[in-house]
Amino acid sequence: MIPQDDTELAELLRAARGPLRVRGGGTRDIGRPVAGEVLSTAELRGVTLYEPGALTLVVRAGTPLAEVAAVLAGERQRLAFEPMDHRVLLGTTGEPTIGGVVAGNFAGPRRVQGGAARDHLLGVRFVDGTGMVVSNGGRVMKNVTGYDIVKLMAGSWGTLGVLTELSFKVQAMPEAEATVVLPGLNDVAGVAKLTLALGSPYDVTGAAHLPGRTMVRVEGMAGSVSYRAGQLRALLGGGEVLTGAESAALWRAVRDVTAFAGRDGAVWRVSVKPSDGPGIAAAAPGAEVIYDWGGGLVWLLLPENSEGGAGDGGASVVRAAVDQVGGHATLIRGSATLRRRVPVFHPAPAAQAAIARGLRAKFDPRHILNPGLMD
Amino acid sequence: MEMPRPDPKILARKGSIVAQLQGVLPKGAVIHDPAETRAYECDALTAYRCAPLCVVLPSTTEEVAAIMRICHAERVPVVPRGSGTSLAGGAFPTEDCVILGVARMTRVIETDYDNRFIRVQTGRTNLSVTGAVEAEGFFYAPDPSSQLACAIAGNIGMNSGGAHCLKYGVTTNNLLGVTIVQMDGTVLRIGGGHLDAPGLDLLGVICGSEGQLGVVTEASLRILPKPDGARPILMGFDANEVAGACVSDIIKAGILPVAIEFMDRPCIVACEAFAHAGYPDCEALLIVEVEGSPAEINEQLSRIKEIAARHNPVALREAKDAGEAARIWLGRKSAFGAMGQINDYLCLDGTIPVSRLSYVLGRIGEMSRAAGLDVANVFHAGDGNMHPLILYNANQPGQLETAEKLGADILRLCVEVGGCLTGEHGVGIEKRDLMDVQFSAADLEAQMRVKDVFDPDWLLNPAKVFPLKASATRRAV
Repeated sequence: MIPQDDTELAELLRAARGPLRVRGGGTRDIGRPVAGEVLSTAELRGVTLYEPGALTLVVRAGTPLAEVAAVLAGERQRLAFEPMDHRVLLGTTGEPTIGGVVAGNFAGPRRVQGGAARDHLLGVRFVDGTGMVVSNGGRVMKNVTGYDIVKLMAGSWGTLGVLTELSFKVQAMPEAEATVVLPGLNDVAGVAKLTLALGSPYDVTGAAHLPGRTMVRVEGMAGSVSYRAGQLRALLGGGEVLTGAESAALWRAVRDVTAFAGRDGAVWRVSVKPSDGPGIAAAAPGAEVIYDWGGGLVWLLLPENSEGGAGDGGASVVRAAVDQVGGHATLIRGSATLRRRVPVFHPAPAAQAAIARGLRAKFDPRHILNPGLMD
Repeated sequence: MEMPRPDPKILARKGSIVAQLQGVLPKGAVIHDPAETRAYECDALTAYRCAPLCVVLPSTTEEVAAIMRICHAERVPVVPRGSGTSLAGGAFPTEDCVILGVARMTRVIETDYDNRFIRVQTGRTNLSVTGAVEAEGFFYAPDPSSQLACAIAGNIGMNSGGAHCLKYGVTTNNLLGVTIVQMDGTVLRIGGGHLDAPGLDLLGVICGSEGQLGVVTEASLRILPKPDGARPILMGFDANEVAGACVSDIIKAGILPVAIEFMDRPCIVACEAFAHAGYPDCEALLIVEVEGSPAEINEQLSRIKEIAARHNPVALREAKDAGEAARIWLGRKSAFGAMGQINDYLCLDGTIPVSRLSYVLGRIGEMSRAAGLDVANVFHAGDGNMHPLILYNANQPGQLETAEKLGADILRLCVEVGGCLTGEHGVGIEKRDLMDVQFSAADLEAQMRVKDVFDPDWLLNPAKVFPLKASATRRAV
């Protein structure tokens, strides 16, 4: 099913009899496997409005991310939240769409300073499971008129409605970027350096620790970037400074978790307090680890049949460690078998789960939109 | 202002309800004497007043839960209240409601500099959150003008902004977690020191829900390291259009000031007369503030001056020291006080796309002349959040009504050009009946369904946000 516009989509949803798999570019096979007919947003495509002077972009949900990036680049602007390209990690092909980015609320390294997709999303239009066309938010940066369903839709993975149009606050591309790279630190020492950097007034827009390499990024006007990179170097006790394309390539690899691409195993995405990051990794012996967001985003590569995890891809070990400190763990990559066996999303406390169920029952009472994907 | 008629059965049970509440709260935490409940008869929207059934002032989440269970069982509406600074009537009572004030819940529970957050009880004032962390070089970014008095609870309820949100975002972008008590007394703990929600973003929809989904008792807030310094520059222009074009060029150039404030002539004149800030005699005035080290500030300001020069400013004044910076801000910060001295005023809060700035200012001028009431404009230009102040005389019969009608027309204009009714104050009762200007029936239905899930009996702050007609069947259940 490939609806041409909101009206057709609404009719189609009203008439739907069975479950539907909502699909943008099809590059993100994440979540519990969903049975059902594919509902594609491919024809809901194109930029509706772009005002560079107001930093505002309104775009239809099925628009390829590459097209959005190209339009913005034409005015030296970009999406501020640096969304991950999952094709690298998941080995998928196709063109990721802007709707898919919002459905998963994806954000890259800049999340730590600039926020996630949800923080830059100004408005949404969607069609819910009853075929009702709903607009929420708008196209202006400050808007508290009514409930913020925009946030609710970001990260709802198509389970509350099918996104059709999105408004964003965009960002001017900085004229320069620089990354201070420190070699040879262990996880605890590396995260401690990231903490130091993020607690400084130098407006750090990336803070990651990979095996043997701890990195801190600044962006902005040329003079300011070189000043802050110098200050950070002094603060962190040395390190090499990379700029321009070299710096950008480092962060693209962090964003896309390139280190785990093409490797066997389950990939977990863990969100905890930054200082709890190293403890999570230590609780999963044998895991390979990448830390982003100053240590608060932990990527773990674990065998699907790890010892002590009894074939759960490490779920019980990772989740037990996360539950000790507060946070959540999502299985971003795993075989369909594994994703049926263990919950992909972190199990919520009963009261929160009840609210989520209640919301789905309201917006999709017949359970036809990606049913079970987030269970 | 139309409000639902109080339920006589609740009024008749006042004694028993008060006694039950006294049973779960410490002495002095239940206020029921009409002489004392009068202090709660309005918030900062003072034109409307109504004393509540009683007021409760709990100190802990457990006490809030106990109150909620009683009110839920008794089917008594609960109106949450922070510091009572809402300009939209968010904490406006009904005669049959219990006001749940969080004013006694002001504790800092946890300060975590390594992970850059603070956890507080929500009765704490906005400014005192920064006060708790500034010795370590941190601050809490959202800065509503009422920050000295307003509570975090209200900031979360209204998703408050402030002058500096152009760079740092509004409350929702700085809120990491909440403890919230539902109407039936269920306590939810959502989020914490980590970023992002695991499942549906309940935190995102709670923030800005105007106290209709639950009572937020604790909040984890992102704190940021203070920049080295900040410096404002003041620029005067001979037309609103020119100032508007200058704002747009600054933004397009990729400079991100922390604040861009705009004042039009009526506002400049009033502020100057009141505060003697030494503002130039011009049609439109911009105050742009940038942050960073001295060298970074110079880099940004020289870029801004270059851009401004292309728009032929009639005045340009850069702060050389803290004293000059304070003088530049003095007039802006006393704008509301200055207006208050001249007259009574209504403060609007619509947002418009910044590209429509000069058109909207022109139209507001025409509408103001047609209505025979002066309107002064002072607003956050970087994000299009306008604050037209409609001046009127409350002692002159009919003027409040004329002012309200003009206000409604201006807000309709904001929506018409692609903006919204309220950028940071909230809907409350003030803009409740204009909601269908901005939203279709389906849009409102979707929002009300969210409330249905959190508060199926519609007992929490029930007569706010949605037009009474739209919510009537739900409230009657």
